[in-house]
Amino acid sequence: MTLLDLSARDREGKAATAVRPVWDSEPLRYLDEHGAPVEGGIRPTPALLDPGALLRGYRALRFARAFDTEATNLVMQGRLAVYPSCRGQEACEVAAVHALEEQDWLLPTYRDSAALVLRGIPAVDALTLLRGTWHCGYDPKQWRTMPQCTPLATQGPHAVGLGLAAKLAGDPAVALCFFGDGATSEGDFHEAANSAAVYQAPVVFLVQNNQYAISVPLHKQTHAISLADKASGYGMPGIRVDGNDLIAMNAVLAEAVQRARTGGGPTLIEAVTYRVQAHTNADDAARYRQSAEVEYWRRRDPIDRLGRYLTARGALDAAVEAEIDEECERYCEQMRAQFAEEPSYDADEMFEHVYDEMTPQLKAQREMLRAEEAAK
Amino acid sequence: MSQGTEQISAPAAPLTMAKAINAALSDAMAEDDKVVVFGEDVGALGGVFRVTDGLAAKFGDERCFDTPLAEASIMGTAIGMAVYGFKPVVEMQFDAFAYPAFEQVFSHLAKMRNRTRGAVPVPVVVRIPYGGGIGGVEHHSDSSESYFAHTPGLHVVTPATVEDSYSLLREAIDSPDPVIFFEPKRLYWSKANVALPARTGRIGTAAVRRQGTHATLVCYGQTVPVCMAAAEQAAKEGIELEVLDLRSLVPLDDEAIESSVGRTGRAIVVHESVGFGGFGAEVAARIAERCFYRLEAPVTRVAGLDIPFPPPKYEHWYLPDADRVLDAVDRAMAAG
Ligand SMILES: Cc1ncc(C[n+]2csc(CCOP(=O)(O)OP(=O)(O)O)c2C)c(N)n1
Ligand SMILES: [Mg+2]
Repeated sequence: MTLLDLSARDREGKAATAVRPVWDSEPLRYLDEHGAPVEGGIRPTPALLDPGALLRGYRALRFARAFDTEATNLVMQGRLAVYPSCRGQEACEVAAVHALEEQDWLLPTYRDSAALVLRGIPAVDALTLLRGTWHCGYDPKQWRTMPQCTPLATQGPHAVGLGLAAKLAGDPAVALCFFGDGATSEGDFHEAANSAAVYQAPVVFLVQNNQYAISVPLHKQTHAISLADKASGYGMPGIRVDGNDLIAMNAVLAEAVQRARTGGGPTLIEAVTYRVQAHTNADDAARYRQSAEVEYWRRRDPIDRLGRYLTARGALDAAVEAEIDEECERYCEQMRAQFAEEPSYDADEMFEHVYDEMTPQLKAQREMLRAEEAAK
Repeated sequence: MSQGTEQISAPAAPLTMAKAINAALSDAMAEDDKVVVFGEDVGALGGVFRVTDGLAAKFGDERCFDTPLAEASIMGTAIGMAVYGFKPVVEMQFDAFAYPAFEQVFSHLAKMRNRTRGAVPVPVVVRIPYGGGIGGVEHHSDSSESYFAHTPGLHVVTPATVEDSYSLLREAIDSPDPVIFFEPKRLYWSKANVALPARTGRIGTAAVRRQGTHATLVCYGQTVPVCMAAAEQAAKEGIELEVLDLRSLVPLDDEAIESSVGRTGRAIVVHESVGFGGFGAEVAARIAERCFYRLEAPVTRVAGLDIPFPPPKYEHWYLPDADRVLDAVDRAMAAG
């Protein structure tokens, strides 16, 4: 018998208890679940509501979905070793990438492959690691995009370092760092948030609260009602936003990036969203959640919501949809072709990048491996 | 290197190791404005051992600054700054207080070059005061070098002389790879007449501190003076011991070890950290692999005991001293 029964939460995370009766802060949003402007919602600047810009966002959402779907197919065909899908979270991926300029740094997790391709990295490079090799497949400095980070929250301090470096160098660059909701329980999340605030580093912490960490729901991860509330403990603004509403996401990120860029320090954003797929292809989500819950969130799909909004305003019609369909199909076809053949793997290269200069010991091991290969 | 541009100053008075490390930091910062120093209490205080004394005043608090008490964040921030083009030199306040940064060191610092196929080197220097013998209470006397030496992607060095402390740190800061720089805190106040800037050899090279013919004492950090004392005593009895200061654990100078032990035919590996699974086991194994047929006696180790580092009243029992080394020498001499 516990004092506070946290299992009594509905699927949106509302706790119905005497001690903490309400989920007090509804996330900021512009669109309701049907894609209509919500009453009392945020009021974005006209630039953020520009139909051209929103159509660009819509295309990016569709593109992210197509990429994610294709990658999921590739893993089922054995072309990728593993793939964590971002289905349902595309508005977070798109808004994050679109909020950044070329000189800004992006720090993705394993969940954010879509953000890599949205940033311009070719799919075949972006998926190199998940294909089963030892390196990230692209030059992080060229793309200002760190390798996807797997040890949870450990990319946070790197974002602080990148941001602090930009600040000390006098560059107007910003670092945007993704986290999952589960990762907010890690020490590195706390250390990064605290340090960023102390240094007033130009960093945006974007938590995609997709409700689960593999099988563990958020209420077992934290006793807090809102992850954004944590920000006040660090002395930075914390914003809770509907992560399936691209317009709201764009507005919140634009403000946070602008604040960081102009010396206003870091911001913590909690984007409330949902992981529609299992954790990865290797996971079985039926063991820990109901399909009704998934259906509930499917009805709040970020693409449908923006699509309906744009359609109602005449910015999107069947012809444009068909055009986008075709673009996506062409991209996926290209992906399939690129992944049809296995690249060759060179054992020698395993030794080449451990140090700038190979140690005598590594040279000896490389020789051993070469001799083993030659004897085969 | 950069010796040409630096003024070589004759030492007015003997220099302590702490001051020599301070001079290395100061010279590196003066030479390259990408070198930044940060950690706990390194600013106004100059570090708990005063190794960063005066740097904040001299270079400003954007070049030398205090951090929140967050070792993982210190390490991760250094990684991010190195990616951006800086050369961070971070201080872990004490050996055991580097443990919170382990994940950043092992999963990122050591692997970043490799996992980016060489595109993102991270030239971070991590300074760690280590070891016992200063009467530190618990958590202040660990020798944690094996954990780091076991991790591919890191260089691990530790000076034993004042001159090397300057030189190795300059080499570490010049290195395009991460270097874990272990400072033997018992030797912080050891003194020598040295002319700075000194360069005593590249990372990866060992140094023969005393030549001998009967046996080789392989040592590093705080056990180098211990071995020198043992060698002096042994010489009085007509036993000439060679003292080989590894100073670089990674990369390891296999050739120097082989050349010495191959000649003397006897090897005693001496270090202060726990013996079981310790760095001496690696050295002993490599000697066995390379010198077996030239050995006159089994390779032995003189190391710390397999217990958590003991409190001040007990540490004299723990720390390898000249007598314990000489006992091992006696056994080796008796064997062949
Ligand atoms: C330090 C660490 N512990 C455990 C894991 C194993 N792990 C990988 S993903 C994951 C769940 C993370 O959940 P969340 O942060 O919510 O991100 P999501 O997967 O939902 O995007 C776990 C436990 C890990 N990668 N790193
Ligand atoms: Mg999650």
